[in-house]
Amino acid sequence: MNENLTAMAIVLGIMHSGIRLATPYLYASLGEMFGQRSGVLNLGVEGIMLVGSFFGFYVVFETGNPWLGFAAAAFVGALMGLLMAVVSVTFKAEQGISGIGLSLFGLGVSSLLFKTMLGSVEGVEGFSELKFCFSSIGIDSTFCLSEVPVAGEIVFSHSVMTYIAYALVPIAAYVLGRTTWGLRIKAVGQNPEAADSLGVSVNLVRYITVIVGGLMAGIAGASLSISLLGVFQENLTNGIGFIAVALVYFGGWSPWGVMAGALLFSTVSSMQLWGQVLNLPIPSDVAVMLPYVLTIVALALPIRRAAQPAALTKPFTRGEN
Amino acid sequence: MRRIKFYRLLDGLVPFIAVAAALAVGAIILLLQDTNPLTAYEAMFKGAFTNKNGLADTLVKATPLLLVALGVAIAFRGGVINIGAEGQLIMGALLTTYLGVELGDSLPGPLVILVCLLGGALMGGAWAALPGYLKAKMGVNEILSTIMMNQIAIQIGFFLLRGPMIDPAELAAGTGIPHSARLPNTTDLPRFTDIAGWLGLSKSAEEMGLSGFAAEVYGLLVEPTRLHSGLIIAAILAVLVYIFLWRTTIGYRIRAVGQNQAASRYAGINVSRYIILSMTLGGVFAGLAGSIEILGLHHRMFEPTAVSAGYGFSGIVVALFGFLHPLTIIPSALLFAGLLVGGDKMQRAVQVPQVLITVILGLVVLFVVSADILVRRRATRRVSVDEPSPPGPDPGADTGTGPGAGPGTGTTAEAIS
Repeated sequence: MNENLTAMAIVLGIMHSGIRLATPYLYASLGEMFGQRSGVLNLGVEGIMLVGSFFGFYVVFETGNPWLGFAAAAFVGALMGLLMAVVSVTFKAEQGISGIGLSLFGLGVSSLLFKTMLGSVEGVEGFSELKFCFSSIGIDSTFCLSEVPVAGEIVFSHSVMTYIAYALVPIAAYVLGRTTWGLRIKAVGQNPEAADSLGVSVNLVRYITVIVGGLMAGIAGASLSISLLGVFQENLTNGIGFIAVALVYFGGWSPWGVMAGALLFSTVSSMQLWGQVLNLPIPSDVAVMLPYVLTIVALALPIRRAAQPAALTKPFTRGEN
Repeated sequence: MRRIKFYRLLDGLVPFIAVAAALAVGAIILLLQDTNPLTAYEAMFKGAFTNKNGLADTLVKATPLLLVALGVAIAFRGGVINIGAEGQLIMGALLTTYLGVELGDSLPGPLVILVCLLGGALMGGAWAALPGYLKAKMGVNEILSTIMMNQIAIQIGFFLLRGPMIDPAELAAGTGIPHSARLPNTTDLPRFTDIAGWLGLSKSAEEMGLSGFAAEVYGLLVEPTRLHSGLIIAAILAVLVYIFLWRTTIGYRIRAVGQNQAASRYAGINVSRYIILSMTLGGVFAGLAGSIEILGLHHRMFEPTAVSAGYGFSGIVVALFGFLHPLTIIPSALLFAGLLVGGDKMQRAVQVPQVLITVILGLVVLFVVSADILVRRRATRRVSVDEPSPPGPDPGADTGTGPGAGPGTGTTAEAIS
């Protein structure tokens, strides 16, 4: 009986941290998805996340207000996105290389600022976990939704940044599937010449998607430093940005697919964390590899490769074809 | 014709303008930190290039940079982007360490060094062959897969160094720092001092009547520095890679596949075989870099990311700056090695963190790939203005168009080759 209880607690723990750890992947991958749907592969997500992560953290550290940190991360993320758009859309640079350049730049800038402005690893409060208590909406009860067995423990005890991340999934699906803007983005990514001949400004659409993608990558970085971890250190993201790019492929360029991928990855990561907590006989170095191995396997699976935007990584020049 | 020459000159200047622009941005950052950029850059230059210890450090760092960049250049020429040099270097270093520790005492020196170098190179190649295969046969984006392979290599390194390969002394002391035992002395690559000794050079700079910079350069040879013969291996390989890419059929086919896959297939070239080959060769050079770092410099394996030291990424910058050409990559490697060494000296002189160099490297990449459009536009114009009769292939049209085709930077290289 006791063993069953422990097993149950572990499963709940894995599910809880799985939902929680998906947060940065969701922001970064959903943002990246818009860019890729419009034909721009932004491999600089890692660098943008790091810069957003630092600025978000620094603002919270100085002001104590997590929402200001959130806004700061979004702003610098959008600026980095603008830089990527200038390089990739206007200067038509090879997107694989420019993204690596942007990642190096972001790594350098965030480390430099960290060393000169903070100097040492500090902690912040950031966003705390919501408990969904009835008392907070004026109902005279001490009951909180987070106390509901199983569902409450898994679903109702996350930070507001996690809930926003999940709320963005249906919003992204709606924008992409049901609005004129979504139609434009898809047209520009699938057949830029046709979109152009219908009067859609290909490069303007791409600028907007890449800037929005940068904004969301900035928030993704902040979700690590001011919500999940409450600290900033050099190279905090450690490859999460690149996995986020891979998740877009894995998710077949659809918001729901991206969410499924993010959840799968975060669950594997949380299993690995719990494996360490429980002292399972798997070396932690081997367990840490799992998400990366899974990424390669996922990229090799032939699922929905047909959904890849036809003009992905191809800069647009009017009248070239 | 004169116009073509002028444009070629201009195209050749692009990387230099990119570096100058990146240094200018660096200067602005330094000003924001209340540091005089001239003082900082002076400390950087003097630290890296004007005395024998700085020069030795620069040349020691130039060795892995040159090797990694050669590998990156081969892969780029073949139309694949190898971001996995970091992991390939680590895997090469790991196998070299294993072979050195196991065989160092039982085989004669030169043979064990050869075995270690070959093992490291093959291991790096094998680590790159998998993403190459996945790219060629299953269309897996090689940038993403090589980045994941980097992370896996780092973890394998930690696993081995904490477990099977840990230094027995470390285990006895119970400290558990993840590093291997020291390789037997038989595996040490000869240092420049050793070579000078064999050649009978024993007089000091004063005795030779040298002073100033000449004395420092001479000191590199005869006085004990960290400079080792890995540099010579790397320089020879740069020439061999040049011959391989431009004077052999296989090299020609690699470049053909990188330029235009469809045309290569039409010409009967097995495209996927050459994709795998160029990726694997890239890994061979990165693995060799790891091997030489162990045999020439560290003599033991420790924290994987400290051994790879970001060479996998800075090597990409070196390759781009060197026009993706094996011979121009040599000075490029020297320049960026100097930048890395100088960054360290700058940190000590003016207290600006060395990571400023990472910012500058990132900017150089962004500027070089951005400036490529100018080269490409001119190439198109050149075709239409100067040679109106044959509607020759537009060098820009096939580069930078998706995962299949070669990187756009190929056009920069075309101006030189």
